[in-house]
Amino acid sequence: MRGTGMTAEVHVAQRGAPGHEGGREIVASVLRVAVPILLALVVGGIILLILGKDPIAYYGYVARRGLLTWGGLQETFTRMSPLLLIAAGLIVAFRAGIWNLGGDGQFLLAAVITAALGPALVGVLPKALTLIACVIASAIVAGLWAVIPAILKARYGINEIITSLMMSFLGISFANVLIKLFFWDPSTTVPQTRTLPVEDRLPRLFDTTIHSGVLIALAVVVLVHLMMTRTAFGLKLQVVGANPAAAVHAGLNVAWLTIATFTLSAALIGIGGSVEILGVFGTVRADWNPAFGLLVVPLVFLARFNGYAVIGFTLFFSALMIGGDSAARRIGVPQHFVLVLVALLLIFLAVVEYLDHQRRKRIGA
Amino acid sequence: MEALLNQAFLTSLLFGAVTAGVPLLLAGLGEQISEKAGVLNIGIEGMMLFGAYTGFVAAYYSGSFSLGFVAGGIGGALVASLVVLLCIRYGLNQIVIGIAITLGIEGLTALLHYFQFSRTYPRLDQAPVWALPFLSDIPVLGRALFSHNPIVYLAVVLMIALVWVFRATYVGLNLEAAGNKPAALDAAGVSVVKTRAFAVLATGFLSGVGGAYMANVGAGLFVPFMTGGAGFIGIVLAMLARGKPVWVLLGAALFGISLAMTTALQVGGINIPTDVVQMLPFAMVMLVLVIFARHSVLPPALGLPYVRGER
Amino acid sequence: MAVPVAAVRNVTKRFPGVVANDGVSLEFHAGEIHVLLGENGAGKSTLIGLLAGMQQPDGGEIVIDGQPVNIASPRASLELGIGTVFQHVLLVPSLSVIENLMLGGPWRRKLLRGPALARFRELSQLLGVEIDPDAQVGRLSLGEQQQVEIMRALWRGEKVLILDEPTSMLTPQGVKDLGAVMRRLREKGVALILITHKLVEAYELGDRISVLRLGRVVGALPPERLRAMSEQEATDAVIEMMFGTVTHHERDAEILVGRGRQAYRARVVDRTRAPRLSVRGLTTEATRGACPLRTVDFDLWPGEVLGIAGVDGNGQKHLAEVLAGQRVAASGTIILDGKDITADAVPERRRHGVRYVTDERVGEGTVGSFSVATNLVLKEIGASPFFRRGISDWDYIHDHARALIKRNDVRTPSEKTPVGKLSGGNIQKVLLARELNAEASVVVFNKPTYGLDLQNTRLAHERILAGADQGLATIVISTDLDELLEIADRIGVMFQGHLAGIVENGPDVERKVGLLMTGAKAA
Repeated sequence: MRGTGMTAEVHVAQRGAPGHEGGREIVASVLRVAVPILLALVVGGIILLILGKDPIAYYGYVARRGLLTWGGLQETFTRMSPLLLIAAGLIVAFRAGIWNLGGDGQFLLAAVITAALGPALVGVLPKALTLIACVIASAIVAGLWAVIPAILKARYGINEIITSLMMSFLGISFANVLIKLFFWDPSTTVPQTRTLPVEDRLPRLFDTTIHSGVLIALAVVVLVHLMMTRTAFGLKLQVVGANPAAAVHAGLNVAWLTIATFTLSAALIGIGGSVEILGVFGTVRADWNPAFGLLVVPLVFLARFNGYAVIGFTLFFSALMIGGDSAARRIGVPQHFVLVLVALLLIFLAVVEYLDHQRRKRIGA
Repeated sequence: MEALLNQAFLTSLLFGAVTAGVPLLLAGLGEQISEKAGVLNIGIEGMMLFGAYTGFVAAYYSGSFSLGFVAGGIGGALVASLVVLLCIRYGLNQIVIGIAITLGIEGLTALLHYFQFSRTYPRLDQAPVWALPFLSDIPVLGRALFSHNPIVYLAVVLMIALVWVFRATYVGLNLEAAGNKPAALDAAGVSVVKTRAFAVLATGFLSGVGGAYMANVGAGLFVPFMTGGAGFIGIVLAMLARGKPVWVLLGAALFGISLAMTTALQVGGINIPTDVVQMLPFAMVMLVLVIFARHSVLPPALGLPYVRGER
Repeated sequence: MAVPVAAVRNVTKRFPGVVANDGVSLEFHAGEIHVLLGENGAGKSTLIGLLAGMQQPDGGEIVIDGQPVNIASPRASLELGIGTVFQHVLLVPSLSVIENLMLGGPWRRKLLRGPALARFRELSQLLGVEIDPDAQVGRLSLGEQQQVEIMRALWRGEKVLILDEPTSMLTPQGVKDLGAVMRRLREKGVALILITHKLVEAYELGDRISVLRLGRVVGALPPERLRAMSEQEATDAVIEMMFGTVTHHERDAEILVGRGRQAYRARVVDRTRAPRLSVRGLTTEATRGACPLRTVDFDLWPGEVLGIAGVDGNGQKHLAEVLAGQRVAASGTIILDGKDITADAVPERRRHGVRYVTDERVGEGTVGSFSVATNLVLKEIGASPFFRRGISDWDYIHDHARALIKRNDVRTPSEKTPVGKLSGGNIQKVLLARELNAEASVVVFNKPTYGLDLQNTRLAHERILAGADQGLATIVISTDLDELLEIADRIGVMFQGHLAGIVENGPDVERKVGLLMTGAKAA
């Protein structure tokens, strides 16, 4: 897929040289993010006004519930871990110019594998080993789920948007089939897997309700960022993403890199599904689908594929989700309003980036 | 297994297949127009959903199904005009904007529905049906295929019309050129931006009508998120059809049957999870891709904004 | 004097940072071939863009039949009877000839084949060509495609025909055919505008010559003066217009005129030794849009420059790529210093000293959004000393880049500047810096001066010759025969995937090469 347009243009150029950037550049890059957020909040506020709700009250409540109360903050941090892991997976793929839109299927399949494996292994293996085995098995299964789109893209140039979407639909259905046909806990009436006992799940951090999966997620994001900026593998991926013809010219094995990247991306998303089960739910119910896959795409773009920046945006977005959930009950604005905000954010981001690009072109930079 | 051979069962299965397949057909044909012109319209899911909402609201308040379809089409085209402005006019990334539109419309329609109907889901009356003379008297098939809302026949006529448009009109030539070599179209004195804008608006209108059909005829009511990936299936159909409308029809029929099967099996009391049936069309398409994998023949300029003087 | 069919008066067009046209005034008369001469960046293409409705002037006016007009769009231009054949083919390859010609018709109406076919026959006769109207354009030869383009340009009126560097992709025979077509159209009263940078063409075809330089008209030879001049006189006059005095920019002028043909390389290559590179029976698989190789054999000695001539699309691209290792050979062998390197991929060949300077400097040679420094190690990703155990040593990479930038005189604000922001000449310098280092032994240049201005063209030629003098075995692929005549020791010709023959550069080589380019066997 050529023309992915909004790619991390400046990244490699400015890498490792923060001292050389002018102050104006820093201001400009802050503005590039701050302006879309502000615009999205303002336009979102106008929509709320039209619907007869007080935007200030809404935003205030969301901020309080999502960030400023201890309980809300814990929920927000807990929510961050699947989102961060999905983001890590998407960064890897998008940097390499691969549109992995199959995140939902990969996430769910991994979750089901963990939910099936965890309760089964926990009596046999020590707790820590169970957790590790679950994560690894889930990552492998999710990775395998991306192999077909990866091969089709690498070998025949078949558009991965369509194939990964189809594999996603397949994966979602297949996850349900697995639950209903193979992993149905006989003691429940509604189809769901056996439940991993709370004490066997990922340990909580200190006295909080936050599970340690968030640490795994943060570590993975940082590792992905370092891989992208400081390793030959990361640089190769970026060459493939930025200019596939140049990758061929430079003698890179584009097919292999495509398959490796696609699989890695899916595996990371799979870890996200696994951690969510190991940390929060302990089981998967049939037809459960949080549909995080597409939701995370905007965050990754806002962060311009930068691993550190994505942490900040995920925090922001998680708070919005948690706060929005409460606001739905309290203020009567459905939590789906968050979707509208995200969409506005993404559109304004693209518009601001476009205007910025035009400005640069005009001054002939 | 007796149920499977039952005539009434077959009729209801096929009838359901048509009902489930028509929105996919409309979306797929719409997407095909965009793709031909070089626009990858990921936002089609949002266009369908918005069409479903506006179509439902119009039909609900006016009591007219025709008005509902028109409103659905306009709703879809309205969303499409956002793509026109951002992606065609300003050349922003089509995939990013498409995802944004889909997410945003999902949220917006849920929001609008909530503020309008709170937590109730009012139903429409039975949609009007045109039983085609003679044809609808054929046993099994007649009731299943020729006794539908007029939109169904219009969709099929549209498919045939598109074959003709693509092959024998200036519009068809322009679309082909816009997707294959936009600079050539520009040099021939036709605006690439206008051609693509037209294509995207047509996509929006068609998928909006498809959404309205889903709400007003298929379900008889509007539920947030009700399109549930139908737009994405439309994209899949258009990509696999490689510019041939007939293949969109066949693909829509395939998906329609499997979607209808899921409900039919429940009714028939067959004991396999419906998810198995839901997987079938996707599995089949993937299988076809794997076995007959060739280099894809999408228009070379697909997804790329056109900027005069840049190649 | 008659009223000109078309004219520009005092036209000015600015782009960010440049004045592309600066008060340009020109007249175009019916039944006359008006040649616009000038090097890259002189403003010729901008002027055409204005006449074709692609851009609008910032000042001045365009006059058609004595009336000032506003050409707001390509359509307006076509409707005024101005047809343009651009440098790059602008036809839809998936459509047929007649469909391409009908493109842009009144969209509300049904496609009318009958009238279109009638017009097609009319124009075929006018041009004196024969093409199947139902042939798919993508399957036609470049020469035929150009004829279709001319038809399209004349489709809606035959008042003015603009041809932008039309000969750059034609065989000598194709050039002759084009000349005949142009003369026919002149007889019929069409006003022709021919843009070229080749003086020979200008003299042969032109009734009137105008010279552009840095956006201004710096001189003109009206018909009555031009007719009275010999080729030599005309050439000298034009060169003086372009460069002031002849002596000052002698080398630039030579490139322009293609005079290098009088100065064959004096270096003697010792071909008694073993060749550095031996290619035997090399073939490649066909791919979409490129001609494959069909059994190519040749030897290349150290210090030698082998020119590869031929019309674009006869397998040159595959030859370059298969030698560089980025394309797999279907059969045949490539021997480097006695070692079979056929199975080696780019990194191994690079280690063996094989270098490839691609013609697609932006398309594949560089990653535009990456820094100059990163682009300088693009082919060494993962290799020491820039990377240690897969970890990037950015300090080392940047130091390395600074040194290369200095040594190669790359004009860039810093080594961290995205390479896409540099000019074409500087991007070429980045490529040369990356490819031509101490370990190089065989270098393949693909169109090394394509799109460069005269100064950078000269620098590139000097660089190639200096490399050969130091013992590099060099292959230069070019569609510009004059360039090869100037720098090559031997010239081979690619024709339909074959290396049709290799001839020594020397007297009469032009005729031999011309024959080979049309498929005749080597004399």
